[in-house]
Amino acid sequence: MAQLKVLVVDDEPGIRSGVARILRNFHVTYPFMDEDYTYEVIEAATGEEGIEIVDREKPDILLLDNKLPGIQGVEVLEYVKKKNYDIVVAMITSYASLDIAVKAHSDGATDFIPKPFTPQELKSSIEQITKQQYLKRITHKLKVEGKKVRFQFLSVLSHELKAPLNAIEGYLRMMQERQMGDNLNEYTSAIDRSLQRIHSMRTLIMDLLDFTKVNFERQVEKAQEIDLKDMVSMAIVTVSPYAIHKDIQFVTDFKECEKIWADPNDFDIILNNLISNAVKYNRSGGKVIVTVDCNENEFYLSVQDTGIGMSKEDCEMIFEEFSRIKNDKTRNISGSGLGLSIVKKVVELYHGVVNVESEPDKGTTFTVIIPRIQVQNLKSGL
Amino acid sequence: MSSKVFTVLVADDDPDYLYQVSFHLRKSGYEVIAVESQTEAEQVISKMRPDIAIFDLMMESDDSGFILCYKLKRKYPEVPVILATAVARETGLTFGLSSEQERDWIRADLYLEKGVRPEQLDQEIKKLLKV
Repeated sequence: MAQLKVLVVDDEPGIRSGVARILRNFHVTYPFMDEDYTYEVIEAATGEEGIEIVDREKPDILLLDNKLPGIQGVEVLEYVKKKNYDIVVAMITSYASLDIAVKAHSDGATDFIPKPFTPQELKSSIEQITKQQYLKRITHKLKVEGKKVRFQFLSVLSHELKAPLNAIEGYLRMMQERQMGDNLNEYTSAIDRSLQRIHSMRTLIMDLLDFTKVNFERQVEKAQEIDLKDMVSMAIVTVSPYAIHKDIQFVTDFKECEKIWADPNDFDIILNNLISNAVKYNRSGGKVIVTVDCNENEFYLSVQDTGIGMSKEDCEMIFEEFSRIKNDKTRNISGSGLGLSIVKKVVELYHGVVNVESEPDKGTTFTVIIPRIQVQNLKSGL
Repeated sequence: MSSKVFTVLVADDDPDYLYQVSFHLRKSGYEVIAVESQTEAEQVISKMRPDIAIFDLMMESDDSGFILCYKLKRKYPEVPVILATAVARETGLTFGLSSEQERDWIRADLYLEKGVRPEQLDQEIKKLLKV
């Protein structure tokens, strides 16, 4: 239950007590609202008193008579507007006055309740106003949250970009000041580390470009018929120098499938990320098993490794931007923390899902399922 | 510097930053215990009392540095702590938007932006150690 404060400003005591009585047991509910709304009625007999209560109580809804003993209703309305309060105002008018209606409307009054009103008329007005107020607040909240998410993204990004710069700068200064002596050989590890940091920063920037692309171009661009098996084979070739270095063996299990209608760049992103992760987080001498399969409804791709695996909690966060699992096993593995969030976004472009199953020290399996129907739609340009 | 050798505990999950800070501090005559994680730092704290500590903010979790500050100060209230972060000040990200309560228990003596010159770090340490 949520309670909204209703301030009724009217010089007729009968109207004020009527509103209080009608709304006492009234509640509003909508399927999309989290909770029911009930009302607390506050009364004011003059505009001056109304303004005082507006400042003090910050009501959600203001029912305002225009014809008041002192200042007029529209002046109260102007005040609320000037103060930028989050209040929905409804004018109670005893006679239709076009001037007042136009003026009140341009000052932000959203509803007019004719006087005298029946309980039902008041209730339906209040219902409308509540709905409007609810939507207004939800929209505002979402906007603020959207801003917050973008802001956090930029903060984390600047952190991720500054860390390697600081490290490289530190090593360069050590060299500049000859802090380890004049023999260049003493600086070998500083140079190697700097090059490694530059390398991972480049990876981050490349990932960032992919990330921007999938975030801003929310549609499949240059679709064509592609063979998943060929794409997988290509991705394996790309990662093979690294795999040979770690003595990792690839096993492929390709079922006979039709070609898929997709942008090859998108599938490059998916496959390169999943397959290079399977090597990166594997133990040396391990295996990577890639399966391609399909049925009448779906295409199915899975990449399974025999690597370090991860906990259930870790599985839940790995698709988030910049989430990297930090523990002893991952300490020497570099990554941008963006790869899987990109994979997820690309898969979603095709209305698919990506799932993960993992067991610590046993390995991890990523599964991508893409519905055929969506692929059909792409093909026919729907 | 007085004849006493001060022990600095440095915790940072960026191996290069850790290496560089340790290198400079050792050169300036400090004894350095360098660890790469919050967990290791906690182990060190449980076994010994450093003279001063420098903690990175984000290690295993986003607030590792805060947790370490808290744990160190609880055990050794008099030991000064420097919290080092690479979080850009210009982005305005301070320490989480919900940090009102956190501020009550964060007990760092100094926040330092990473990338400060070694001489400046040395000066700040001397100030905190009152030497």
